[in-house]
Amino acid sequence: MKVTLEINGESRSVDASPWKRLLDVLREDLRLTGTKEGCGEGECGACTVMLDGEAVNSCLVAIGQCDRRTVTTVEGLANGEVLHAVQRALVACGGAQCGICTPGIAVCAAHVVDRGLVTGTDDATARARIRELLAGNICRCTGYQLIVDAIVIAAREVAKP
Amino acid sequence: MDRPEVVAPVGASVPRVDGFAKVTGRARYLDDLDAPGAWHGVTVRSKIAHGKLEAIDLDPAFDWSQVVVATAADIPGANVVRLIEDDQVALVPVGGHVRHFDEAIAVVAAPTRALAFAAAKAVKPRITPLPPVFTIDDALAVTSTLHGSDNVYKQFLIRKGHATDAELEAVFASAAQVLDGTYTTSPQEQMYIEPQAMMAEWRDGRCYLVGSMQCPYYVHKAMKHLLGCDAEGVVIAQSVTGGGFGGKEEYPSMLAAHCAVVAAKAKHPVKIVYDRDEDIAATTKRHPARTRHRLAVDAAGELLAIDVDCVMDGGAYLTLSPVVLSRGVLHAAGPYRCPIVRVRGRVVATNYPPHGAFRGFGAPQTTFAYERQLNKLARARGEHPFELRKRLALRSGDTTATGQLLGFSVGTDEVFAAIEQVAGAPPVRDGVNANGAPVRRGRGYVFYFHGAGFTGSGEQRLAGRAAVALTASGTFEVRSSSTDIGQGSITMFTQIAAAALGVGVSQVSVVDPSTARVPDSGPTVASRTCMVVGGVVERAARALRAKLELWAAEVGISGQPIETLAHKRAAAGGELVETITYEPPPGIQWDDATYTGSAYPVYGWAACLVDVAIDLDTYEVTIERCVQAVDVGKAINPSIVKGQIEGGTLQALGWAVLENVVYQEGRVANANMTNCIVPTFADAPELETILVEVPYPFGPSGAKGVGEIPMDGPAAAVANAVEDALGCAFDDLPISPEAIGLAKPRWRLS
Repeated sequence: MKVTLEINGESRSVDASPWKRLLDVLREDLRLTGTKEGCGEGECGACTVMLDGEAVNSCLVAIGQCDRRTVTTVEGLANGEVLHAVQRALVACGGAQCGICTPGIAVCAAHVVDRGLVTGTDDATARARIRELLAGNICRCTGYQLIVDAIVIAAREVAKP
Repeated sequence: MDRPEVVAPVGASVPRVDGFAKVTGRARYLDDLDAPGAWHGVTVRSKIAHGKLEAIDLDPAFDWSQVVVATAADIPGANVVRLIEDDQVALVPVGGHVRHFDEAIAVVAAPTRALAFAAAKAVKPRITPLPPVFTIDDALAVTSTLHGSDNVYKQFLIRKGHATDAELEAVFASAAQVLDGTYTTSPQEQMYIEPQAMMAEWRDGRCYLVGSMQCPYYVHKAMKHLLGCDAEGVVIAQSVTGGGFGGKEEYPSMLAAHCAVVAAKAKHPVKIVYDRDEDIAATTKRHPARTRHRLAVDAAGELLAIDVDCVMDGGAYLTLSPVVLSRGVLHAAGPYRCPIVRVRGRVVATNYPPHGAFRGFGAPQTTFAYERQLNKLARARGEHPFELRKRLALRSGDTTATGQLLGFSVGTDEVFAAIEQVAGAPPVRDGVNANGAPVRRGRGYVFYFHGAGFTGSGEQRLAGRAAVALTASGTFEVRSSSTDIGQGSITMFTQIAAAALGVGVSQVSVVDPSTARVPDSGPTVASRTCMVVGGVVERAARALRAKLELWAAEVGISGQPIETLAHKRAAAGGELVETITYEPPPGIQWDDATYTGSAYPVYGWAACLVDVAIDLDTYEVTIERCVQAVDVGKAINPSIVKGQIEGGTLQALGWAVLENVVYQEGRVANANMTNCIVPTFADAPELETILVEVPYPFGPSGAKGVGEIPMDGPAAAVANAVEDALGCAFDDLPISPEAIGLAKPRWRLS
């Protein structure tokens, strides 16, 4: 079937089986390879993208569900060469090690930061909230500490009036 | 743009040079590479653990016209994945033996992945079953002969302070106190988030392989043998690698073999990217181990003798097992003062997929045993477990189990002091958790060490090389075969070279490792990259700077900044290169025959504190606090070092309470991320990391290895904390809710 999506602010059309995974359409048809496959069963979160503003595992979404919908991938987070606050903080804090989980984490973190979901008046509450919100994204390198540090910084930056 | 200017950057948390590419999704991993015309490869595997391969049938109903099938018969050289011994085949030949479930029998390639999968299903191996071996006891009892006459791949014996077993037993017989415990640790999956991936292309009779890997020259060596070509006949390049942890040390050679052989037949480039289930099922895991540990102690609480007997399960082929066992036995007596030591180690053959390299490399298994024993000793004596460790710990001037006299860079007192400073009061014993369930809390400690670099004379034999070059563009280039697999080596090499050259980090780049253009620096393993190869890079950079300054003096422009000289020298034409070979520190003596001497040039030292809360309704163990103090010599980049320690620590905490690979009749029963679980953001505690710096005089700026040490200790710290909470011992990993529940009759909640 022919599917038209808005991807990172651009309208794109693909002709694919409705059962084809959104992940594969992104990587193969559109050559947006920033979105990674880590497990193919919705456990690791490396393929996280935003679909109409909600974070989803693109390995669990069929392209047939995506017609006339909006998708944001890691390639759409930065404004040209100007990084999103989350991306900047991940670089500054050393939150990306091998980097394979990073696109998914950046997308999910940008989502929670932009939506103001990192609530809590103190550091410990904010950190606990981040851990809960990001629990669908697995990183095997960092022990998560430096990623949580980065998201706290990004959340504060985005929340500034 | 992502590389800020910092002069003399060693010791600064310079942002990773690959950070920008990774957060924007621009970093290209193997499966992201453009590969016009590439076919997809899929591996046909055995669905039986042990048997004789009688035939490989191709389903006549399948249309084979679009597909190629490669078998052992297509291998041009030797059908062997060369490593330590040539015992592992790349593809089981017809008439040969299948030795483990999911062993590779054939590789199919097709223009699409879907067609390749369909074809793989239409390849039907015919196998006559043979009796399999699935336990260490059956292997030792030789219920079926798998290796040699005794199924033992390798054994080691360390003796210190006694000549005969009878003398050792006499010490135990007369000791005031003897502690005797047996500890088992489970297999563990590395679970790098990028599955194994490789691509092969043949051009002009030469094979080009690119893939996710730790050790390009391991693959190079294996491919020369398998393809029957010389060093020029095959080129190995590393793609951006999404984690390794040891899992991409030896296995990529297998993948390379499959890719190269099927690509030759397909006459197309072939890419093989494992699915997660295949990766978990077929590739290496941490060796499961059973360690008996005996302590003889006098009335004053001094150690009289340590006796360890460790048996590891090597799986179906020898692979790296002798070296894993070696590191296991060399750490088995622990960092404790003791005049008499015997350590026996054996690694046995079974019909599981080969167990292999995983961060810590044998040491986590034996560390778990000795740190449980020390804890039991403290409890039996009524002595505080932290104080007991402080009292017995090795310090400068003491000798290890192999008789190595410790001199420099022994951070024992510093790591104890670091923990003491932040420990605070133990957690409140009884409470209620967020779900309203009653919890019981406890605290555990460990003290441990980890030898950095290759064992014994390994680094000397390896003679790793690295080069620093002044390029035609007037900037500097580090050339080494060390791979950045997320641990930050390219950033640290940039810092080390920039500092030694006296230029900003933007003037230095690290080339992507390819056997066509970098010297063999040795493998990216054994906590050696920063310490050993970084040290060579530092020396090469210094030598290059001297060469450049000499040239400046000759042409009469001395005294100008190095960057200016570099551009002028580049303009004069030609490259300036310094290639340096590793030289061991003076005084390193090791005897492989007796296993005595300096097992490692230097050790990292660490202490860890863990607080746990056990849900008394669900039996779940929650790690509420984890503090690690690690002596790293010198943190070249503190943020990167912290990231390494925290990543290793969480792998250890996961191994302690929730990770496990479950085998059923030789098959991995939980070969998916739903059931083979690793800690998430929500499972991980806030990790407190203290970097202790007791410099190693022969490392770059004093740095020593840090990659593996954080993996060794925390699992025992968790077990010790659970023992503190529930008043009974937990000697087997993982300490799952089931294990806590089954132990309920033993709980002593006083």
